[in-house]
Amino acid sequence: MSRIRAWLAVALGRSHPADGLASTAQAATLDRRQAVWLLAAAVLAVAPHGLWLPAWVHALCLLLLGWRGLIVWQGTRPPPTLLLLAVALAAAVGVRLEFGHFFGKDPGVALLALLLGLKLLEARRARDIRAAVLLCLFLQLAVFLEDQSLAVAALAVPGTLTALSALIALSDPAGRAREHLRTAGLLLVHGLPFLLVFFVLFPRVQGPLWGLPADAFSARTGLSETMSPGSISELGTSGAIAFRAAFAGPPPPPAQRYWRGPILTDFDGRTWSAAPATEAETPFHAPTGRRLDYVLTLEAHNRRWLLALDYPGAAGPAVRFTSDHRALSLRPVQSRSRFTLNAYPDARIGLDESPAVLAAATRLPADSNPRSRELAARLAAGASSHAEILARVIAHMRGARLTYTLRPPLLDRHAADRFLFDTQRGFCEHFASAFAVLMRAAGVPTRVVTGYQGGEVNPVDGYLVVRQSDAHAWAEVWLDGRGWLRVDPTALAAPERIEDGLAAALAAEGELPFMLQADMDWLRGARHRWEALSNTWNQYVLGYNPERQRELLSRLGTAGDSAAKLAGLLAGLSAALLLVLYAWAVWQRRTTDPVQRAWERFCARMARAGLGRESWEGPLAYGERLAAALPEQAHALRAVCADYARLRYGAAGTRDPLRALEQQMNEIRLP
Amino acid sequence: MRPPGSLATALRRGADRWLFRLGAPEPAPIRLTQRRIYVLPTPAGLGFTAALLVMLLTSINYNLSLGYALVFLLGGAATASIVHAFRNLLGLALRPGRCEPVFAGEAAGFRLLIDNPRAARRPALRLRAQGQSSPFELAPTAETSVLLACPTAHRGRLDIGRTIVETTWPLGLIRAWSVFVPAAACIVYPAPEIDPPALAGDGTGSTDARAGAREGDDDFASLRAHRAADSPRHVAWKALARGGPMLTKHYAAAQGGDVVLDWSALPAGLGVEQRLSRLTAWLLRAEQAGRRYALQLPQIHIAAGSGREHRARCLRELALYGIAPAPPAPRS
Repeated sequence: MSRIRAWLAVALGRSHPADGLASTAQAATLDRRQAVWLLAAAVLAVAPHGLWLPAWVHALCLLLLGWRGLIVWQGTRPPPTLLLLAVALAAAVGVRLEFGHFFGKDPGVALLALLLGLKLLEARRARDIRAAVLLCLFLQLAVFLEDQSLAVAALAVPGTLTALSALIALSDPAGRAREHLRTAGLLLVHGLPFLLVFFVLFPRVQGPLWGLPADAFSARTGLSETMSPGSISELGTSGAIAFRAAFAGPPPPPAQRYWRGPILTDFDGRTWSAAPATEAETPFHAPTGRRLDYVLTLEAHNRRWLLALDYPGAAGPAVRFTSDHRALSLRPVQSRSRFTLNAYPDARIGLDESPAVLAAATRLPADSNPRSRELAARLAAGASSHAEILARVIAHMRGARLTYTLRPPLLDRHAADRFLFDTQRGFCEHFASAFAVLMRAAGVPTRVVTGYQGGEVNPVDGYLVVRQSDAHAWAEVWLDGRGWLRVDPTALAAPERIEDGLAAALAAEGELPFMLQADMDWLRGARHRWEALSNTWNQYVLGYNPERQRELLSRLGTAGDSAAKLAGLLAGLSAALLLVLYAWAVWQRRTTDPVQRAWERFCARMARAGLGRESWEGPLAYGERLAAALPEQAHALRAVCADYARLRYGAAGTRDPLRALEQQMNEIRLP
Repeated sequence: MRPPGSLATALRRGADRWLFRLGAPEPAPIRLTQRRIYVLPTPAGLGFTAALLVMLLTSINYNLSLGYALVFLLGGAATASIVHAFRNLLGLALRPGRCEPVFAGEAAGFRLLIDNPRAARRPALRLRAQGQSSPFELAPTAETSVLLACPTAHRGRLDIGRTIVETTWPLGLIRAWSVFVPAAACIVYPAPEIDPPALAGDGTGSTDARAGAREGDDDFASLRAHRAADSPRHVAWKALARGGPMLTKHYAAAQGGDVVLDWSALPAGLGVEQRLSRLTAWLLRAEQAGRRYALQLPQIHIAAGSGREHRARCLRELALYGIAPAPPAPRS
């Protein structure tokens, strides 16, 4: 057994078989304070990953760290190398089984975390500890892959502080923990100006530099390119922010806040899905009427659609337009991004729509929803135009007792039939779907539009915030000469959904997420403030990209285009910062002896009365001169000077002598 | 590992002369000012830099704004640590302290008195010279005596030579150091010959089994009250340490006559070092025995005497026999 261990140790280049004993002995004496700092840094680095790592990986990491803690506090022997090797091997196999591969962000982070736990258990030499601290810092960075919120940033500060403290404890094992922490804090404070200068001026590159692993951007919540009953209502309970919009002028009224997402034309009887559309650099409609300018800050959803306000007008080069009048990003939105957009709410779209699109918009599977078809036939009978059919269908749906609910009954086949005639309870997707089925059955080109509707203006910073719970589905009907017209069937049953949002429409249901409930006003106020703060953070810190950098630099009067110029500026500012630090180091601090300080204050006070101490004058001689100048206080002055001399040059006194001296000094009255 | 090549040695000498302006020992106190403190990254510092670069690439690749911030903060702290390391050495004043003579083969203990004028602790410092190193730290506004033990091989004068005070505090990423030559030297006595022939006129006959031991073969008889004239070597320190009175160990034997330790009386076949070694052994034997002894070296004569000072004077002559006199005292 021990021979295998020795062999393994040699094979891994870890140590000579002979010094195994020595290193064990060293491990036992590894400074406790160093171990505690390292452990704290590791816990702070690993803990946040609990939210993303597979549970067993996180549990194993914490177990390994706990073991290390046991060694520190109970003096347990460190585990044998063979056991650690076995754990490492098992963990690697587990990661392989969990993720199916080793290369990528998630397995990489899992391996890093496990490596840190194992490294800590075998950390014996300074090099091991340094390696473990670097692992902690890497894990800290890995947290940002998942979450870069203000809270996570705040958590990173103690993490970095303890990691630096671990390094300091390594070079100064004799120091006290408070000193380590203080030095680490001072280093961070001194590093802060460098952070600011480099953050602003370091030339930003739009990543990625190379192909990212497939799992770089995991699935995000949001709309999809298909809609089947229930797919939007599951977003209804999510308070997560989908995007924010800052309007140049006042935001449009709630009834006009339709944010256009995927257009669903193809219907197989149950599921609506998007039909292919052509792309161009300019919109497919002629923008007319009012124009609303706004900046959209879109959360990452890993899709290309931009959720522009109806109907988008020409924008910058990063935006494309589709023949179904959506705005697209050039690349999938993989990080929170800003888009400068505009909208023409009164524009007419699709006036000369192609027959192929219109044909696709009237297709209906023959075997689905027979009752709806029959109803449509009845409504369309005798109608002279599509507009009249539209009016009749709207009137019918308004008359039917349909209820808007977030928890509709489960519908399977003939969903439109069941919704219209049986359950009569549905969410927006049921309304839109049933409406489209009726219209198509009557021969009118109709399609379903998904996106977001509404949004709430944050009174703190004026941003319009649109959440996942604002996800919505409506319909567009094509009428000859008028193009595609928006019809929102949900508004027929629940107009307050459009005017006041989901909370108002579902107030009675009691099934809303906590935060959406209307009576939580004070909580909503707090949330507004927090979200405004987060928004500022997102806009200025996280959203600081090449574009913003150029903007800021041109405002500062420097062209940010030239990397050489930026590098020069960076070098110059860094040198200046170093010079300031150098001056701090060289500057000899004035004496910190409190007695000396009190004496200097006293002398300065006397100097103001024209009785300053000469540089060559000792305290006793000075006392005599003062006594001669102020004979009525001669005794007190002599006492002050004599006491100072005793405290400064003699043996230490017993009873808080400084306080007494200061009191004596204060009792001197100047003429 | 020091490179064995003479080129490396020559390069280092050149650097010492030209870059560090090292030469003759400097007058005390040696003050570590801005101009003589150097900083360079340690291997750990290079590793840290490499890790930061990897983190920066990750941040660029994944557009991590906070990643940039973390990298720049750590980079800034590491940069600031250059100044902190520098400041940890700045303003120190060094003076050579007392160096007790030792016999060749023993460790010479160089003492440097290092004054920290700042009202803050100076942690994690290291003194290096002669291939040895000694860690230390300095208390606020205090002078600390730092001992550096160096092995000795040959008799003579051992100069401390090129000496370094260094620190890698606070993060271990940057090493700040200062090179200087303090005027500290240690006299190394010749190693006493092991098992020397009997000392001429040694009544006790040293050729028996005791001869192998250099010290400790005391013919201890009794203790008596200490007198001011007694050699401190004979004070019963153990008794004193136990709280007893100051007593002197009295040696019953060792009352032979005066002895002359004469270079020219030694067998002709002996080399210089062997002669010195034997004379040293005899000297110690005589001193141990409480006998008076005179030293007769070519061109040097020390009249008979005994006691600590006499012993030191004779041993010093033996140590420096045939060696050029000490370099001129440093300018002050």
